[in-house]
Amino acid sequence: MSLKATLLFIVRRLAAMAVLMVVLSFAVFSLVYLAPGDAVDALLGGKSSTPELVASLKEEYHLNEPFFTQYWIWARDALHFDFGASTQTTLPVTDEIGARFGSSVFLGVYAYVLTLLFGVVPGVIAALRRRRAVDRGLVAGAVVTLSTPPFVLGILLLYLFAVVVPVFPAAGKGEGFLDQLWHLTLPAVALALTISAFLLRHTRASMIGVLDQDYVAFARARGLASRRIMLRYLLRNALIPVVTVSGVLLTYFVTGAVLVESTFSLGGLGELLVQSAESGDLPMIQGLTLIIAVIIISANLLADLAYMAIDPRIRFERRS
Amino acid sequence: MVEGVVSLTKTFEARAKSPAKRRRLMPVSIALCFFFLAIMVLMVLFGPLLAPHDPQAQNALAGSAGPSAEHWLGTDMLGRDVFSRLVSGARSAISGPLVIAIGALVCGNILGLLSGYRGGILDFVIMRWVDLMVAMPSLLVIIVAAGALGGGYWMAVALLGVLSVPFDTRVIRAATLEQMPRPYVEAAKALGVPNRRIMFLHIWPNIAATAFANTFLVFAGSLIALSGLSFLGMGAEPGTPDWGQMLAENQSLLFANPVASIAPGVAIILAATATNLIGDWTFEKISSRGATR
Repeated sequence: MSLKATLLFIVRRLAAMAVLMVVLSFAVFSLVYLAPGDAVDALLGGKSSTPELVASLKEEYHLNEPFFTQYWIWARDALHFDFGASTQTTLPVTDEIGARFGSSVFLGVYAYVLTLLFGVVPGVIAALRRRRAVDRGLVAGAVVTLSTPPFVLGILLLYLFAVVVPVFPAAGKGEGFLDQLWHLTLPAVALALTISAFLLRHTRASMIGVLDQDYVAFARARGLASRRIMLRYLLRNALIPVVTVSGVLLTYFVTGAVLVESTFSLGGLGELLVQSAESGDLPMIQGLTLIIAVIIISANLLADLAYMAIDPRIRFERRS
Repeated sequence: MVEGVVSLTKTFEARAKSPAKRRRLMPVSIALCFFFLAIMVLMVLFGPLLAPHDPQAQNALAGSAGPSAEHWLGTDMLGRDVFSRLVSGARSAISGPLVIAIGALVCGNILGLLSGYRGGILDFVIMRWVDLMVAMPSLLVIIVAAGALGGGYWMAVALLGVLSVPFDTRVIRAATLEQMPRPYVEAAKALGVPNRRIMFLHIWPNIAATAFANTFLVFAGSLIALSGLSFLGMGAEPGTPDWGQMLAENQSLLFANPVASIAPGVAIILAATATNLIGDWTFEKISSRGATR
């Protein structure tokens, strides 16, 4: 695929992304109207209503304007990261999200690194030792971890490493890099293990597929160093599908983070979402939903681009 | 996603082919899974009769106690018997996922058959919808919906059901496409059998095993998702004995009575592992049978 075609692909994907965001933002905006009661009730968030408060809310959220004008004003503000004020704390939603963004990203990156470690390495080992005891043990372990929700794993880890052998803290997110690393180790492991089981099966299947290829047998026959075969022939091809699933994995990360943050009281975005859903804090729910959606959609785009970058067959597909 | 277990069961099968063991119906691990599911069904049907105590009875004096002869798994903060709540909790752990799995089985099969058999624009529309739905993090969608519309167990079940349909649709469509070029479909078409009859009476019986195998996986997935929602306080009604909720309630008892939160966690893991393994095993049975045909 030429540079032009690549650019065309990216532009097309960006356009699809924009359409998706418009549809999604419309759905998110409509939440105020779908909520029981009218929009004012939803935005009051349980506070007692006085005529002055209702009037000021109607003014602030342009509730007297037609529906589509309201959407337009709301979407324009949202593009400038202005989602209104939380009905619970009356602070701007953007500030609340900004204050918790850091620790969630830290947890996500930490868990992602661990997932690669726990997923790819045993996956490759299982494939190389196919049908032996190691393989069977790893695969059986993967089924069990895959069936373990992150919060159950979180509680088991809490019990083992914060109660029985108290080496890690039971809650909180910590200050500074090392302290954060220490505080977030158990949550990151809880989040990573479930997802890495998925990655393990994927890596193993892909690796077995490559091991059966003639070019690998031929490389062995030519007497190439086994390390060279491993790196250049096996891993390079086997890890392509691993990159493609990373977009899907991110969805799991976001979902899992909600559960893990609540288990360990980390005060991140996921916990904020749960709290605002419990209190019916609509501006907060809207802001969080849009931000999470943008993260998931752009990560999927990145995964596609990475896929194109590493797999020449995709790039040259159209020329033939 | 099933490749992993596939080779595991393959080794079992290779062993089963030796003359002495040829007639073995299923590997021991799968038999254990069915046995565990049978226990679960018993707990659902006769839960209140099996439980040694009333799962709701509170006793402030005997709260947060460890396991004893009277209370096998100890008591929770309100002095309720953990073992009795665990047994009664099977009901809410099973009922929701069962409704979801059956609902998704019916809707997903109809959509998948239509998509695979008719093809064309209908196929395109259904598959784009599937792509969109599969990309959605279902737990988050349900949390957001619960926040805006007010939650509840059955609303979560309904939403999760809708979000599970695309998984069935995708699998059934692929299985249908596999059947399409076979002679019996051609023959039925040539004889002028109505399309609907071909889809449901000719093709479906051939892919029914795939449909049921997938249903086990959907069941396990929704059991995990629903227990997570209950853990967050958005699933089962507060107060009902529910495994996810027990974990959340008893998390603060990790020092006083750790079994109170670990036991329901293990119950979730066992139930999900059993159904996942059965689903994977059924898939493997189908693919190996297809290979020898």
